[in-house]
Amino acid sequence: MALLDKYAPLAAQYRQLEEAGANPFNVPFDDVLSPTEAIIAGRQTLLLGTNNYLGLTYDPLVIEAANAASTAAGTGTTGSRIANGSYGSHKRLEEALADFYGRKHGMVFSTGYQANLGIISALAGKGDHLLLDADSHASIYDGARLGYAQVTRFRHNSPDDLANRLRRLADEPGDKVIIVEGIYSMLGDTAPLREFAAVKREYGAYLVVDEAHSLGVLGATGRGLAEQAGIEADADFIVGTFSKSLAGVGGFAVTDMEGADILRVVSRPYMFTASLPPANIAATLAALQQLRARPELRADLNANAARLYRGLAQLGFTLGPEPSPVVSAIMPSPEAAFGFWAALLKAGLYTNVSLPPATPKGLALLRSSVSAAHSPAQIDHAINLFADVGKGLGLLPETPALAAAK
Amino acid sequence: MSDQANEIREIIFETLRAALPQSRPLSDSTHIIEDLGLDSVAVMDFVMEIEDKLDISVPLDKIAEVETLGDLIATVQRLKQAA
Ligand SMILES: Cc1ncc(COP(=O)(O)O)c(C=O)c1O
Repeated sequence: MALLDKYAPLAAQYRQLEEAGANPFNVPFDDVLSPTEAIIAGRQTLLLGTNNYLGLTYDPLVIEAANAASTAAGTGTTGSRIANGSYGSHKRLEEALADFYGRKHGMVFSTGYQANLGIISALAGKGDHLLLDADSHASIYDGARLGYAQVTRFRHNSPDDLANRLRRLADEPGDKVIIVEGIYSMLGDTAPLREFAAVKREYGAYLVVDEAHSLGVLGATGRGLAEQAGIEADADFIVGTFSKSLAGVGGFAVTDMEGADILRVVSRPYMFTASLPPANIAATLAALQQLRARPELRADLNANAARLYRGLAQLGFTLGPEPSPVVSAIMPSPEAAFGFWAALLKAGLYTNVSLPPATPKGLALLRSSVSAAHSPAQIDHAINLFADVGKGLGLLPETPALAAAK
Repeated sequence: MSDQANEIREIIFETLRAALPQSRPLSDSTHIIEDLGLDSVAVMDFVMEIEDKLDISVPLDKIAEVETLGDLIATVQRLKQAA
């Protein structure tokens, strides 16, 4: 028995995808040309699956900030904030995030994944209770596993179910901490935050909102769903990532909670990893300034999202419940998702495949994400390719395959 | 075997039969992952149904320890008695 034999069934599936020359989990980009185009397998390809919501990866001011920071402060910090020190730019970015959110404290992590690990594991300790939405991102589940709190799952986007579970825990001692997301990354649906906030108040719980996919997308100033829903005062902590709208890498948390700085010396995913390099910090700061200064990016993004959602819905695809920058078409099977994905790529369109257990309810998804940088013509081109491929594969709903799956 | 354990077994088996795409033989020694082909999320979804039917809370770390249906019955019974 070899060490990796336990993965044999998965390895066989993976090999099959590789041999078919179409593995959505291992796509080499020969060259990236812009936020919306790349060369893949020698072909010019339209990118519709990069989470590059505001298209800021090639923004000249962001690139210039990164270059200047590397030249001035070097390529890496070579250590953690706790053991090896903070650069001025780390502090400035934390202040800028706190200012953007109108909060007292900001804290930067090396990825959004680590922000969730670091905040969730530190907020809820032994004897406390975490309540997670059933469709939470892996980083939220992993954060719950890293800490010592008891973990309860509630039905996706159901405030009634959350209330019922809090009621069952009402006599148990310990703090109760609820974790929800702004926009869910698989189907693009938003959380009923007003109702969740009401339940939170009723049961005296705390609320953490992960705005990974909603920062720069929702809210009057782009702060996310909590801003849009008008419940920011109820969101005790907001966490998010720099890897989507902010076009870099990293994660953050902001809060008004007194004494929040103590988290810096109790949160292991903050303490025991190197801090972000100067170029990344400077680029994120510049991207945040662009996000604030150019609300038209958000308007373009949401117009593109609505255009793609409408176009695919009209073709007859079964989509998530509401338009958002994440537009997922529900496929009848993983095989159909792979086939559709590979045919789109061959036709010059890059999307994503998402499969259970990363997806809810065992769904196989062909997932797209749009950018402010897409032109309406690019979105229309993508819709046409979906139509051609869907007809070619017999996967449009006039045909029995998809209609039956509905 | 106590009445309560029998009652819990009946509820768990009934819930599983409704959740499984095809019917399978169920017993206390049935392995939930290997024998029933459920993935981690499907197991958590199924336990959620049990929680609601019995009005209890089964923490995720307790679910992670469960391998067989017999384990699940015992865990649920302990939690029900404590509730
Ligand atoms: C909801 C959610 N939280 C956190 C993350 C992690 O972000 P990062 O890519 O910065 O690690 C992601 C995305 O990957 C996400 O979808």
